[in-house]
Amino acid sequence: MTTSPTTSTMALIEGHKPITPASGIPVWDIDPYDVELLRDPSAYYAKLRELGEVVYIPRYSVLAVGRYEITRKVFSDHENFLSSRGVGLNDFKLEDPWRPPSIILEVDQPEHTRTRKVMSRALSPKVVKGFADLFRETADTLVDQLLAKGTIEAVTDLAEAFPTTVFPKAVGMKDVNPRHLVDYGAMVFNAVGPDNALRREAMSHAGEIVPWINAACTRDRLTEDGLGAMVYASAEDGTLTEAEAGMLVRSFLSAGVDTTVTGIGNALWCLSQNPEQWQALKRDPSLIRPAFEEVLRYTSPVHTFGRTAGGATEIAGFPVEEGTKVLCVLGAANMDPDKWGDPEVFRIDRKPVGHVAFGAGIHGCVGQNIARGELEAVLGALIEKVDRIEPAGEAVWRPGNAIRALDRLPITLIPN
Amino acid sequence: MVKVTYVAHDGTRTELDGDPGDSVMSLAIAQGIDGIVGECGGSMMCATCHCYVDEDWAETAGPRMDGEEDMLESAACEVTERSRLSCQIKLTEALDGLVVHLPEEQV
Ligand code: HEM
Ligand code: FES
Repeated sequence: MTTSPTTSTMALIEGHKPITPASGIPVWDIDPYDVELLRDPSAYYAKLRELGEVVYIPRYSVLAVGRYEITRKVFSDHENFLSSRGVGLNDFKLEDPWRPPSIILEVDQPEHTRTRKVMSRALSPKVVKGFADLFRETADTLVDQLLAKGTIEAVTDLAEAFPTTVFPKAVGMKDVNPRHLVDYGAMVFNAVGPDNALRREAMSHAGEIVPWINAACTRDRLTEDGLGAMVYASAEDGTLTEAEAGMLVRSFLSAGVDTTVTGIGNALWCLSQNPEQWQALKRDPSLIRPAFEEVLRYTSPVHTFGRTAGGATEIAGFPVEEGTKVLCVLGAANMDPDKWGDPEVFRIDRKPVGHVAFGAGIHGCVGQNIARGELEAVLGALIEKVDRIEPAGEAVWRPGNAIRALDRLPITLIPN
Repeated sequence: MVKVTYVAHDGTRTELDGDPGDSVMSLAIAQGIDGIVGECGGSMMCATCHCYVDEDWAETAGPRMDGEEDMLESAACEVTERSRLSCQIKLTEALDGLVVHLPEEQV
């Protein structure tokens, strides 16, 4: 299947140019998108780090990095490793992407600077503080309802229920369809992987969902007082065109729901598995924010995103040819013992500044304040009302080409 | 080696040795300076790395970066002329001896 092509007429692999890796780069014949591996990636992460600074994966003809320093370096080196050619396996320069590219995630400087500024203003800590009451009241109500039930399936009942309630309100969406929001996220994130069953399944819903999403992002489908309106305000002062504003609102919906659903589910998993850490959190609520950082480090909700070498460059001294796709395995970097000492231990007071769960550098997650705000509300409501969180069955992970989320998490909430 | 002195709100001074390329924030985090949080890890998204560059160093430290102004609006303490996001101050040999003052709180 994979050959070492030398001409420009060669067939593409997963929509990108196959490469001949520099000699000395370890070769590892593995499918990093295998569903069993994705359900429990820890052995893959460990071996990837062990093999070297950079590894060649022939199945997709890509390079992969997983050690902390090099992963952070490549992922944030926007000069040499581009985002505009897609952060998945497809090279947008060689093949049309499945949707018009994002004008923030999938662009480089200088274009990126303009849209990024609009988004970081709309999602600043100050703006997000304005949502604190909405987030907390919603969390209080939801937790009360769930306590009445006792045993819950935390993925649907809490992890999905919370963001799909508050986020559309924060954005100011008039159209409500929680299922479409969750499924759109699944499409966007599975699309960065190979053309496997995960991607095909997620994409099979496109016909129904994409038109709904596009319509929901238009100005007349948004209220005057939400994040969406703030973005459209930049169309008035001439920073953006109206169409660009719509595209940026679309990026809220692409990146803002599935990710926080995953963050909440993963947090509940960590705390239900580590009761002594849950008790520590109850004793000291000032650890809520650091606890979420540790959840992010420990579970890496976005486990892998890629970059494309814009020209001939190098990684750790090895030459890298133009057009090379590089998988940046954020999950492996966040578990690197050389960086974290005891990465396998979940410690809410670790304060893991520098983790790469939100990326790093100019593309570092622009929605991170929203994510923190949501988690602060949910964990705040839980520690106030719940005495213990106990597993009530097996936690099942859902394989994803970019997202590592739970599929099912049965737990019992025991009230104070 | 680039020496940086962090002056806490209560006046306590801590002197650290950094390398060119470190940021004032990353050096502080690596060495456990309490007055800088750096929640976003330097992506200019959190304003929890706010500092005041000492008068004598204002010029050498240079002007604010593109976008820094906007994010400073979210800082927890008063923003003055000398306010900077410490993640945006990259150490160079020219900054050897830099003094920064830390606000009372970051969140
Ligand atoms: C736990 C929750 C979240 C995680 C783990 C997460 C993770 C990430 C990561 C790893 C990146 C970097 C992508 C890259 O460099 O290629 C990113 C970027 C981004 N995120 Fe998030 N995210 C989360 C929540 C959110 C939310 C709530 C929003 C929207 C409000 C959002 C919007 C974005 C956008 C628009 C970008 C692109 C930024 C740019 O390219 O400049 N994210 N996110
Ligand atoms: S560390 Fe977040 S803005 Fe500087």
